[in-house]
Amino acid sequence: MESLSVDEINLILDTADKMKEISQRPIKKVPALRGKTVVLFFYEPSTRTRTSFDIAAKRLSADSLSISASSSSMVKGETLIDTARTIEAMNPDVIVIRHGSAGAPHMLAKIMKPSIINAGDGMHAHPTQCLLDLMTVRENRGKISGLRIAVIGDISHSRVARSNSIGFTKMGAHVVLAGPRTMIPKGIESLGVSVSYNVEEAIRDADVIMMLRIQKERQQDFLFPSEREYSAVYGLTTAKLKKAKENVLIMHPGPINRGVEIAYDVADGPYSIILDQVTNGVAVRMALLYLVTGGARNADSD
Amino acid sequence: MLILIKGGRVIDPGNLDGIMDILIADGKIVEIKKHGSAEGEYPEAKIIDASDKIVTPGLIDMHVHLREPGHEYKETIESGSLAAAFGGFTAICCMPNTDPVNDCRQVTEYILQQAEAADTVRVYPVAAISKGLKGGRLCEYAELKKAGAIAVSDDGKPVNNSRLMRRALEYSKGFDLPVISHCEDLDLAAGGAMNEGVVATQLGLAGIPNASESIMVLRDIALCELTGVPVHIAHVSTKESVRAIKDAKTRGIPVTAETAPHYFTLTDESVKNYNTNAKMYPPLRSGSDREAVCQGLSDGTIDVIATDHAPHSFIEKQVEFDRAANGIIGLETSVSLSLKLVQDGVISMTVLVEKMSTHPARILGLKNGLHIGRPADITIIDPERSYRVAADNFRSLSRNTPFDGWDMKGKAVLTMVEGKIVYQEGYQIE
Repeated sequence: MESLSVDEINLILDTADKMKEISQRPIKKVPALRGKTVVLFFYEPSTRTRTSFDIAAKRLSADSLSISASSSSMVKGETLIDTARTIEAMNPDVIVIRHGSAGAPHMLAKIMKPSIINAGDGMHAHPTQCLLDLMTVRENRGKISGLRIAVIGDISHSRVARSNSIGFTKMGAHVVLAGPRTMIPKGIESLGVSVSYNVEEAIRDADVIMMLRIQKERQQDFLFPSEREYSAVYGLTTAKLKKAKENVLIMHPGPINRGVEIAYDVADGPYSIILDQVTNGVAVRMALLYLVTGGARNADSD
Repeated sequence: MLILIKGGRVIDPGNLDGIMDILIADGKIVEIKKHGSAEGEYPEAKIIDASDKIVTPGLIDMHVHLREPGHEYKETIESGSLAAAFGGFTAICCMPNTDPVNDCRQVTEYILQQAEAADTVRVYPVAAISKGLKGGRLCEYAELKKAGAIAVSDDGKPVNNSRLMRRALEYSKGFDLPVISHCEDLDLAAGGAMNEGVVATQLGLAGIPNASESIMVLRDIALCELTGVPVHIAHVSTKESVRAIKDAKTRGIPVTAETAPHYFTLTDESVKNYNTNAKMYPPLRSGSDREAVCQGLSDGTIDVIATDHAPHSFIEKQVEFDRAANGIIGLETSVSLSLKLVQDGVISMTVLVEKMSTHPARILGLKNGLHIGRPADITIIDPERSYRVAADNFRSLSRNTPFDGWDMKGKAVLTMVEGKIVYQEGYQIE
């Protein structure tokens, strides 16, 4: 998200708004990308993002195919660059990559001809998630500028938090990150956000509350003692919600740990727009595929 | 054979500083005279004109990885020796983390045999502190010393067990083997790919905090104080380590320390764009750490400049950043980067010679200096020579340097080991 200008972000969101209509038609397909090949190169397990890209490509009539880490030559010891060059030799137009290492899409964008779309790299960035979140907030509030966005959870390990910090700040919102100190990385304020170690304080007057998934294995990193204590102190409950603005929007990039970072009733409650996020994910990815194959620009690394 | 090095500024800290001529016969220094006084006396001598150049005792890089035995595709003792000669070094110490590890007489002897065959610079093997670098039990220091080891270190890994480190200090003293310590708290550094800080946060890379180094520096200082045996701290990169060492020295604790050119030249900003040639352990730190390292060089806290020359092939470096191997090569850029400290007024030329020759020799217990009767190990530096670094022309087998394409001022132009020219700029050495 660092390299995109406000105008470019608006262009993507406006295009996505138009794309959304296609998904509501009885025949959900347009010929815009006919004859284009989109490779979904997923080195990390992902259902939601991969399916979303796949549907997006198919609704634009592109030929899409998935390669996952377990089916690729990576398991046979091939390097990422060699695997990518092999795919490149088959002349795809777009490569969508999800990788566990920060900077992997960046490395490929430097050496490859096809457009590269980053579908999430390590703890670094998840730009399409940020764009779909921007779209969803804009759709529900009519604007982004001036809103207060609270992002709560394991900020350190979250590419969603990083991309959203940059994206929402760039679009004029005020982002507050919150969580236990163990989950707030050094110098995150450099992204233009503020930090709170208190959830109540972070959600006070928030227009949007975005909860992040807590990974159980982080207990081994000593980031938190138990899910029980995490949910009591940092989880989003109806009681805590009372501190927020009326009509606050509740978001979550998924997958949700019900009862850990978000209570059952909150996830399904009237303020939740979690499923809108998923719907808009397809539209945003259609917009991106359309724009990059139109030669608009290379949505490379961030 | 007679060689006359004529008209250079001879700097041998504490011994000589002036425009002098040095006469070498059969590999030994036989005369050092004020320039001009020997004019015409030795018509048969080969003349090396050193006017406007600096003539110093041979430079020593006490921290080098030569990769042989085991990883000869990265570097061999021969290629590493050549790289050293081209970089102006007459002697290098090679670290024991080879495959097999240099933890026994046979490996030490093998290294020395290969070095003799390479016949380029002096190679001093550093043997392991613990068997297999595993931190389980001590190596046989008496036998290693006898085989030719010059020091011991588990470099690449810390000695985690404080009791073993204590015993290593005590036991090694009996054989005059200095102990070189790689300081790293593995638990604190675990999973980290670069310096912890703003850049790591923005790049989404796991960070390695400064404290993971300084905690172990402080422990080793405590053990040094406990045992009274000197300890040498390798590759100092943080302000906290510099402060700890400075404080220890003030209290008279016999600790010494080295840093590498990349720590006084670069910061973690170099990692941006996921440049794997800016990845090493310890990682490039923040600007304030870099300044503290420069200050430590300037005030004498840091005794030595050593490169931590760590060759890796493209296979280890052209990969995802967090999967890339740690380390960069340094032999062929060290003198130029260190000369930049002189140009920037951080240290004087004399201090540079101390940190690259006098001090490493003292710590390692080597005879050093330009004295009559001593072997002629000499480096000639042209401080004005401008050039652009071209990694493709390196003598090292590896290319993993962040300094490729840098414009430099000043370099070594001649390296002589025991009267034999092993490198002379512009000449092919047969």
